[in-house]
Amino acid sequence: MTLDAKVPEGPLADKWSKHKFNLKLVNPANKRKYDIIVVGTGLAGASAAASLAELGYNVKAFCFQDSPRRAHSIAAQGGINAAKNYRNDGDSVYRLFYDTIKGGDYRAREGNVYRLAENSVHIIDQCVAQGVPFAREYGGMLDNRSFGGAQVSRTFYARGQTGQQLLLGAYSALNRQIHEGKVKMYTRTEMLDVVVVDGKAQGIITRNLKTGEIDTHTGHAVLLCTGGYGNVFYLSTNAIGSNVTAAWRAHKRGAYFANPCYTQIHPTCIPVTGTHQSKLTLMSESLRNDGRVWAPKTVETAEKLRKGQLKASDIKEEDRDYFLERKYPAFGNLVPRDVASRNAKEMADEHRGVGASGFAVFLDFADAIKRLGEETVRAKYGNLFDMYIQITDENPYKQPMRIYPAVHYTMGGLWVDYNLQTTIPGLYCLGEANFSDHGANRLGASALMQGLSDGYFVIPYTLGDYLATIGPKPIDASHPAFAKTKEDTIAHINKLLALKGNKTVVEYHRELGHIMWEYCGMARTAEGLTKAKGMIAELKADFWKNAIVTGENEEINAALERAGRVADFIELGELMVDDALMRAESCGGHFRLESQTPEGEALRDDENFAFVAAWEFMGENQPERLNKEELVFENVKLTQRSYK
Amino acid sequence: MDNANMKLTLKVWRQKNAQTPGKFETYKAEAISPDMSFLEMLDVVNESLTVAGQEPIHFDHDCREGICGMCSLYINGRPHGPKRAITTCQLHMRSFEDGQTITIEPWRAAPFPVLKDLAVDRSAFDRIQQAGGYISVNTGGVPDANEIAIPKVIADEAFNSATCIGCGACVAACKNASAMLFVSAKITQLGLLPQGQPERYRRAQTMVAQMDEEGFGNCTNTGACEAECPKEITLTNIATMNNDYFSAKLFRQEEVHEVQHGE
Ligand SMILES: Cc1cc2nc3c(=O)[nH]c(=O)nc-3n(C[C@H](O)[C@H](O)[C@H](O)COP(=O)(O)OP(=O)(O)OC[C@H]3O[C@@H](n4cnc5c(N)ncnc54)[C@H](O)[C@@H]3O)c2cc1C
Ligand code: SF4
Ligand code: FES
Repeated sequence: MTLDAKVPEGPLADKWSKHKFNLKLVNPANKRKYDIIVVGTGLAGASAAASLAELGYNVKAFCFQDSPRRAHSIAAQGGINAAKNYRNDGDSVYRLFYDTIKGGDYRAREGNVYRLAENSVHIIDQCVAQGVPFAREYGGMLDNRSFGGAQVSRTFYARGQTGQQLLLGAYSALNRQIHEGKVKMYTRTEMLDVVVVDGKAQGIITRNLKTGEIDTHTGHAVLLCTGGYGNVFYLSTNAIGSNVTAAWRAHKRGAYFANPCYTQIHPTCIPVTGTHQSKLTLMSESLRNDGRVWAPKTVETAEKLRKGQLKASDIKEEDRDYFLERKYPAFGNLVPRDVASRNAKEMADEHRGVGASGFAVFLDFADAIKRLGEETVRAKYGNLFDMYIQITDENPYKQPMRIYPAVHYTMGGLWVDYNLQTTIPGLYCLGEANFSDHGANRLGASALMQGLSDGYFVIPYTLGDYLATIGPKPIDASHPAFAKTKEDTIAHINKLLALKGNKTVVEYHRELGHIMWEYCGMARTAEGLTKAKGMIAELKADFWKNAIVTGENEEINAALERAGRVADFIELGELMVDDALMRAESCGGHFRLESQTPEGEALRDDENFAFVAAWEFMGENQPERLNKEELVFENVKLTQRSYK
Repeated sequence: MDNANMKLTLKVWRQKNAQTPGKFETYKAEAISPDMSFLEMLDVVNESLTVAGQEPIHFDHDCREGICGMCSLYINGRPHGPKRAITTCQLHMRSFEDGQTITIEPWRAAPFPVLKDLAVDRSAFDRIQQAGGYISVNTGGVPDANEIAIPKVIADEAFNSATCIGCGACVAACKNASAMLFVSAKITQLGLLPQGQPERYRRAQTMVAQMDEEGFGNCTNTGACEAECPKEITLTNIATMNNDYFSAKLFRQEEVHEVQHGE
């Protein structure tokens, strides 16, 4: 199959408006004859479900939590970008586009990214109209801050809880449509498969998480808005329930999976302290606006710190290495995430890391407190500091925070074209679950932007084009594909429930995470990846022999839910390793040790790798087939990144 | 690195489902580190139950960062446990003592039926929001964000109310199972903002009507909700809500169209 991204011809700035005009429309009177299934009600799903219902479609929305308000989007802290140029500091749609292409290390589609930058402006307007309480200045105008990797102030925020406020805005729009009867909401319901009829997506199979009931739902189109798969690493900043199941099952039904190895590692997380840990907590990147990152200059000093013989405050200025400021004077502490992360790891590798484990560096607010006063610092970052105190029992007003990189965001996902359609007609994918827009290294504050752009401003246009083509005739639920897919789902559940071995599913998950972090994490080698491949294959075989799954299907069964998700993570892990192995270049968060500049920076290979890797499922335990979407850059020149 | 040496006795409410009566069971929690969160401590217990072929204890959780509002738990007689202004997932075992007995129960309130063990059904909260906890605006066609100037003090006040995570601790803490703190937080947030004005009084009416219909009790100003709220939502929100509700009744009674929850 040739991958047609369907990016419209013509100048960058006209592509989207021209495309909107060329898309077919659905007659208003016909809209209520279409049923749309939306899986996931985070920022992408809730905004899409609400907007489509407003247009008149019947929407069925699903989430596995007890309420749409609890989707993982709620946890985003830092902010959302928009090219408003309210600061008069030279921002523009083109600049946001340019920064995002560059930040994605030239592995994203120009057309998509430009549209994202265009839509960013409307997102802020929309959210404000919904009552999202963004930060304001005394004059009543919106406030902004700058975020890692950007030299303009374009990030809108609501204290450290931007995701929460944006999601509550989308949730309220969704609630309005539920009230109007245009959206039927299914909470505590997990989608387990897509039903494909004659090559088109026409429904889904779900499990009611309260009763175990396996149900079939029909729809003229299915939208997967199911979030990212960072939990393949076991420890990540994602919510515990975040998983890949929906996308993975769709992949097995024919949707290509693109760039699975692109993972974003976030530099400012609270470090790991013990094996009991179930997740890592992110400290907003905005902290790097005022906090200074450092490690001790010598291994000896670091050792004393680790043993508790010295405190951070005992270390004299000349014995500290402010390594980001030293190596990247232009960006300093605000270098992009991959650069900051890799440099922190280097410190640990050189045994200059701090904290009991040595896997941490300092983020120091002493200078900021001196310059701005403790009260100002408290006003800006108070809730983050409180959270840090809660978790570590240390006071960052008195001693520097300890931070270390952690898995945060996955840029890979289902392949979609410019219309957000996957390789299965009728199956769409929005938000973090798709691969589009971010390329290899997302900058801060752009995931929220993409989720809302997809949901509020892209899908309401592009979905109509497909619906108009298939026409409003009812979907036939008696087609054998429905019964067959349901049977497959039940068989898979029974296979899991029959596992009565001696090792818990959580242990398998933890082991998978170790393999992924060690060999497919911040730095990768062909040798390590090859080794990882063997290790995952063994783990998979062992899982299907020795895992324990307690309980039955006909009840609330968290063990069964987890088992299904971990089984999918193991398979995804195999594909991530294959993808990373194939991509013998460094780009963004993906650092291949074999491919670096003499200064140790990531070295891209545009000659051979300026493409999207879209993997095609070829059958259980078969190697997947690689399809390539060549990336064409007509507007920006590919250059080596430098933050020096 | 692991200083996992606390030993605890847990008295945990076990209940198969809403139809079956529940009872307390006693478990030993061993090798617990003071750095674990309360939920991580339960994870450890659950791992050992699973290996022993027993059913793990079911509880609700997701973000484990204190923001999604999914975790609950009544710990030693208090929602979200002994510390102020935090959720159960942010509560750490260093807040307990080695050898202590800890009693763990689900939220107890008629509108929050127990689903299993420690998890309850809080969908009544969603239905209250659906009754009117929003600003009616369609996607697109809205003014530029800076055309709606909002003084910083107002924006900050609205933000304070907007931080409610919908956890239900206020209901669990209240002897009347009143949901007023939760409901008033939304009413106050939207009522303070210029965008929220057109529907302000109607919103108060519809949300309060739904709250009553769900069977939540009345507020008798005991203040337990405020004391236990992990997000420090204040009682002044309830005052604002009452104000809007009674002004609506007296002067601005509007026809409120019938509540229909989807189907
Ligand atoms: C701690 C943290 C901080 C962040 N901060 C920022 C930030 O400051 N700025 C920024 O731009 N980005 C940030 N991000 C990234 C951003 O939050 C996410 O990329 C974004 O919220 C994802 O939104 P989404 O709608 O795609 O998915 P999610 O919000 O993850 O929603 C997924 C939805 O799918 C549902 N679901 C999943 N699988 C199934 C299934 N099988 N069946 C039924 N339902 C299912 C879930 O119930 C949920 O409703 C942050 C991420 C983290 C982890
Ligand atoms: S008001 Fe407080 S206690 Fe009640 S639901 Fe909101 S956050 Fe929870
Ligand atoms: S698990 Fe999200 S608030 Fe506790």
